[in-house]
Amino acid sequence: MLTTSRRKTIYRLTPYLFVAFPLLIYLIWVIGPMLYTFYLSLTDWDGISDMNFIRLDNYRRLFRDRIFFTAFFNNIKWIVSFITVPIVCGLVLAMILNRSVPGAKVFKAIFFFPMVLSFVVMGLIWSWMYQPDNGIINSVLRLIGLGVLAQGWLSEPDLVIWSIIFVGIWRQVGYVMLLYLAGLQSVNTDLVDASKVDGANGWQSFGHVIFPQLAPITVVVVVISIIDSLRAFDLVYVMTRGGPFNSSQVLASFMYNEAFWNYRMGYGASISVILFMISLLFIFMYLIRIFRTESRA
Amino acid sequence: MVKSRYFRSPARVILFAIIFFFALIWLVPVLASLVTSIRTYDDLLINGFFAVPRKIVFTNFKEAWILGKINIYLVNSFRITMPALVLMLFFSSLTAYALARFEFKGNRLIYLIYVGGMLLPFQVLLLPVFRLNGALGIYNTHIGLIAFHTAFQLGFCTFVLRNYMLTVPSGILEAARIDGCSEFRIYGQIMLPLTLPAMAALGTLEFTWIFNDYLWAIVLLRTSELFPVNAGLAVLQGQWRMDWSVIVAGALLAAIPTILVFIFLQRYFIEGLTLGSNK
Repeated sequence: MLTTSRRKTIYRLTPYLFVAFPLLIYLIWVIGPMLYTFYLSLTDWDGISDMNFIRLDNYRRLFRDRIFFTAFFNNIKWIVSFITVPIVCGLVLAMILNRSVPGAKVFKAIFFFPMVLSFVVMGLIWSWMYQPDNGIINSVLRLIGLGVLAQGWLSEPDLVIWSIIFVGIWRQVGYVMLLYLAGLQSVNTDLVDASKVDGANGWQSFGHVIFPQLAPITVVVVVISIIDSLRAFDLVYVMTRGGPFNSSQVLASFMYNEAFWNYRMGYGASISVILFMISLLFIFMYLIRIFRTESRA
Repeated sequence: MVKSRYFRSPARVILFAIIFFFALIWLVPVLASLVTSIRTYDDLLINGFFAVPRKIVFTNFKEAWILGKINIYLVNSFRITMPALVLMLFFSSLTAYALARFEFKGNRLIYLIYVGGMLLPFQVLLLPVFRLNGALGIYNTHIGLIAFHTAFQLGFCTFVLRNYMLTVPSGILEAARIDGCSEFRIYGQIMLPLTLPAMAALGTLEFTWIFNDYLWAIVLLRTSELFPVNAGLAVLQGQWRMDWSVIVAGALLAAIPTILVFIFLQRYFIEGLTLGSNK
């Protein structure tokens, strides 16, 4: 028989036994590397030879690099598009489909379908649709007499990033719609009915009763959209490799190019650090929110 | 009956027209790729996209499947995804159990680390993990890729499972504890079965995520024979540069497993997504 005190010690140690091994893996492959990126960014590592410590040289160079600013602003364009278009479209679709629209299930499935596809599959299919000569988009434009609008969707430096972002939006709308549909389940319908009785019209009850109840889910949607925008890589890489002339580069693809094509890994790491700093802002926002709801519960 | 009642007001007719229009646009890529894949590229080039196809062919699929090696890449994908999936669910459920059921020093901190990490743009880890796997001798192996996927997804899985386990009534667990059950038995025989719905949802979601990975495969693997299907598709894109019919056919073949998820496991997938956002 175990004595009570020994039993207590064992009980106290148990959680650590559960937690230890997974945490070790996490520290080795996630937290450690995250910190190590900072160190790498201060070196001239090229992936092959020994690395030297060069202090902030990479950053000095980065802030004079035109491609860096193109990539940075492309990420900003991505973020701005992602927190506006899919959220508005997703919310509108969710509001419509939340009622008993005929065929609601089919519609939901259609909008949600792109979510299961990989970015590579989507990127390839859309690259084909964007083809200047015989892709479906230009073919349709010519067919309906709008041939003047037909253009090289992926070869015009001013247009290319928007063409890629559009593919991202095509996927994101269904996701946002789903999250709002889930959020609408928890909207208090009594309040909505009460507002109707009090003479509020549809818009008023949406603005004053329904949307405030969707505010928490909207915060989540915004944070997820921003993080997804910062993670953008696959679409860019499959569709244009960042071209033409680096005009569709985003931070992640710029970093990949520098590190694995130009063998400037130290320089690539400094781009990672910038990406990390930007995301940190939003990660903190999210963590604060979580801990606020936790302590309230 | 329902239909006629729905369309009684003109506003609703307009709303319906809006979503109908959206849905059509959403379907264009799917239809366009289906049409492309069953025609030869010469036919498309010469007769244009909207010509009635002379002949329906399946050679594009055959070419992508065998010459494009989609068959090999798909097997690789499963070899990477399945072990990673099992490991991440096992490890994260262990952690989640401790975080949800015990008050101990470091509980909050560990939770914070996992949640913070799950939001990380994972490209930040690219170079260090590339170097780490090299140093560990697992660069260019499936094991290296499985290790990273398992580790990185621990953040999200732990987050979801911990919150789910918090909703299990503690009375059941207390009763077992009083009966002298060890904590590991309570975890395995009581908590895990009760967590199965969340595990199914999470597993479905994670399956698609890992399966759809591209970036980590091209960074942690060098030999294209080891590539999972999305990295392989990019190889195929390079080889059949001028033949969109084969590329699109390959993309459709590569998407089959996730399309099956969409058809048969849609409910779990959606549950997984909403579980992850409910907090």
